[in-house]
Amino acid sequence: MGSILFFLSILAILATWWLSRQGLASKPWLEQGETAVLPGLPVQSTHPATIGLRVLLAVIGSFFALFISAYVMRMQLPDWRTLPLPPILWLNTAMLALSSIALHGATVAVRRGERTELKASLIAAGIAALAFLSGQLVAWQQLVGEGYRLTANPANDFFYILTGAHGLHLLGGLVALARTTEKVWRVPATEQLLLPVELCATYWHFLLILWLVLLSIWTGWAGEFVDICRQLLT
Amino acid sequence: MVDVPLGSTGVVAAPDVEDVELYHPHSWVTKYVFSQDAKIIAIQYAFVALSVGLVALVLSWLMRLQLGFPGVFTFIDANAYYQFITMHGMMMVVYVLTALFLGGFGNYLIPLMIGARDMVFPYVNMLSFWIYLLAVLILVASFFAPGGPTGAGWTLYPPQAITSGTPGGQDWGIIMMLVSLMVFIIGFTMGGLNYVVTVLQARARGMTLMRMPLTVWGIFTASFMALLAFPALFVGAVMMLFDRALGTSFFMPAIVEMGQPLDRNGGSPLLFQHLFWFFGHPEVYIVALPAFGIVSDLISTHARRNIFGYRMMVWALLAIGALSFVVWAHHMYVSGMNPYFGFFFATTTLIIAIPTAIKVYNWILTLWRGDIHLTIPMLFALAFIVTFVNGGLTGLFLGNVVVDVPLSDTMFVVAHFHMVMGVAPILVIFGAIYHWYPKVTGRMLNDGLGKLHFWVTFLGAYAIFFPMHYLGLMGIPRRYHDIADMAFVPPSAHTLNAFITIMALIVGAIQLVFVFNLFWSLRHGREAGGNPWRATTLEWQTPETPPPHGNWGRHLPVVYRWAYDYSVPGADQDFIAQNQPWPTRTSGAGHG
Repeated sequence: MGSILFFLSILAILATWWLSRQGLASKPWLEQGETAVLPGLPVQSTHPATIGLRVLLAVIGSFFALFISAYVMRMQLPDWRTLPLPPILWLNTAMLALSSIALHGATVAVRRGERTELKASLIAAGIAALAFLSGQLVAWQQLVGEGYRLTANPANDFFYILTGAHGLHLLGGLVALARTTEKVWRVPATEQLLLPVELCATYWHFLLILWLVLLSIWTGWAGEFVDICRQLLT
Repeated sequence: MVDVPLGSTGVVAAPDVEDVELYHPHSWVTKYVFSQDAKIIAIQYAFVALSVGLVALVLSWLMRLQLGFPGVFTFIDANAYYQFITMHGMMMVVYVLTALFLGGFGNYLIPLMIGARDMVFPYVNMLSFWIYLLAVLILVASFFAPGGPTGAGWTLYPPQAITSGTPGGQDWGIIMMLVSLMVFIIGFTMGGLNYVVTVLQARARGMTLMRMPLTVWGIFTASFMALLAFPALFVGAVMMLFDRALGTSFFMPAIVEMGQPLDRNGGSPLLFQHLFWFFGHPEVYIVALPAFGIVSDLISTHARRNIFGYRMMVWALLAIGALSFVVWAHHMYVSGMNPYFGFFFATTTLIIAIPTAIKVYNWILTLWRGDIHLTIPMLFALAFIVTFVNGGLTGLFLGNVVVDVPLSDTMFVVAHFHMVMGVAPILVIFGAIYHWYPKVTGRMLNDGLGKLHFWVTFLGAYAIFFPMHYLGLMGIPRRYHDIADMAFVPPSAHTLNAFITIMALIVGAIQLVFVFNLFWSLRHGREAGGNPWRATTLEWQTPETPPPHGNWGRHLPVVYRWAYDYSVPGADQDFIAQNQPWPTRTSGAGHG
């Protein structure tokens, strides 16, 4: 359960940092009267949807951290046979990274008000994401072709479930991206596009990082990294 | 009770507060069925959850009939018995308590108590309810599926949950249970996002975090915990569904079933237990924290006294929330683990007692020298404290490995968790319904029926669960369909079991009085007015009761003070509403 506890510790640190700025040590029973009526409230400049997305990412992060915990625990049992990673995954990784970069470009474009570039980057991001998903399906096919079927070994099961879950999350993101792209054609005011484009970009960056974490586990790099940290600590 | 004339509380125009864009229902269907108004959604949640509660209550009757009078009711065979306990447990914990506290009270109270017009994502909020309803329907449908519902126990431990010896294990039961749970979690996540973000983003002007009523703090913290803990159940459910439907071996070890080796190997049942309890323990506090919050407000309001140690109450809620994520393995002492882990988890478990005890002391100190009104909400709140302390103390027993090992899997455990997370939160739910019903409907619940409901429920629940501790100490095992033939069981234990069953029937039946009261008072209850309890919090200061769509009329309220200004020296009333700008005091005498 190390990975979920690690993930939750990060959340706990963030939450503590945030709470420490909310006046949790104040004495509300003393604070009243005109002077204290509206005590230096932080201006709520962040849109609720942005906060909503951040909370959702914490939930999704917790979901995958738990899966990774289960993976690590199951891995230690004797019947585990690590499966080889199909090389196409590297191409897929590049596609997902491209998609993420294109969405970053879209946020820059929308801030500058350049609609042509915004449209181009959104479409590029969508195509790259679709390429990633198709590549994942090809990877599945290759593995099945080589005999690494579901149920043959838990390592295979985890690979299919985790890539599947990641792909489903990206698919959900694509729905949002499609709606945003459609909005670019429909809505004349560029400032109204800022929020949805930024939300898409945040979600995409998160899914990219998540994918890199998953990849580092399958390649064994994460395990080596943890071993090095452990040695340093002891 | 004195009605406060509307307008005596200053709803100040606040043009600089950004108002939210409201959706406007156009037809009866969008207003009352597919409604995006949090108050309607709350009522829908509460109605469904209470209905599920009644089903679960009947299931508990059936299982008690078997335990109290074994062999008399022949239709309750071992399979049916296991199905009853499983569905009773799962329904009560997830589909009743969680849904009622967060979906019901959360939806109704959060926007009103923080001075918002609605949740921040009303459409997602509506989806949350309908997905919850779908989950309930899937769960209930499993009663009619081939093989009936699962009888795996509410913890659904593999491998038995998906083998053929368990009811529903190789039929539809377990699949429908897992799918229902997954659907529930998706629906809850949608609601939970709303509860958390609304508290973070939609508070009225002047409503700092430290001015929020403890009810909101409790629901907020619990929602956050649920958002992070439910994925563990989701992950476990996905993996078990794969094991059951596709033949993977996540949890299934090499196993021989009915003399035949199954085509599984290498899986770890312990892995499921870790995932399950990583959800399961926070779940206890997901139910308890809203109850803590609500009970604080009930006690403060009905004792006409500011809550003692508000800051400590908030900190304790947060501390309990955080600690509850590092105690899960205390449910697994007998599953086999490194003794150092046992020591670690026993220690963290006992540490939770500290913030919890702080809360109990603060409730008692709030009552101390208060002007206690023994209204029905107050009676339920007091009963909660007693029951919770009782259940919590046996938790200290069970939290220690050496005490837990002999008591594990006995009726002592059943008594403990029913006291602490069954009866105690239900008492708060009843208290809260009696307290807020006037706001929801504009009418008071009938007092006489309420008193009858309270005394029979409280004393009856004690009569059920207190003797059960003794059964446990005697070694009477839980999860047994029939203990009649066990040589070590004395006749007195059978008599006690019959007594418990009779009490369970009485306590169950009296709930019908409550249900009757809910419907009868809708039309015949005394008119409540806007603020029958003379309470300070914002939900009682709405311009209309029941609050209409948008809650606040033209102007959002502005908050000038904390939620507990009761019996302030020098004030002309014994409470000052949160949105009342006067009187201003320069000293905090009499508070703290």
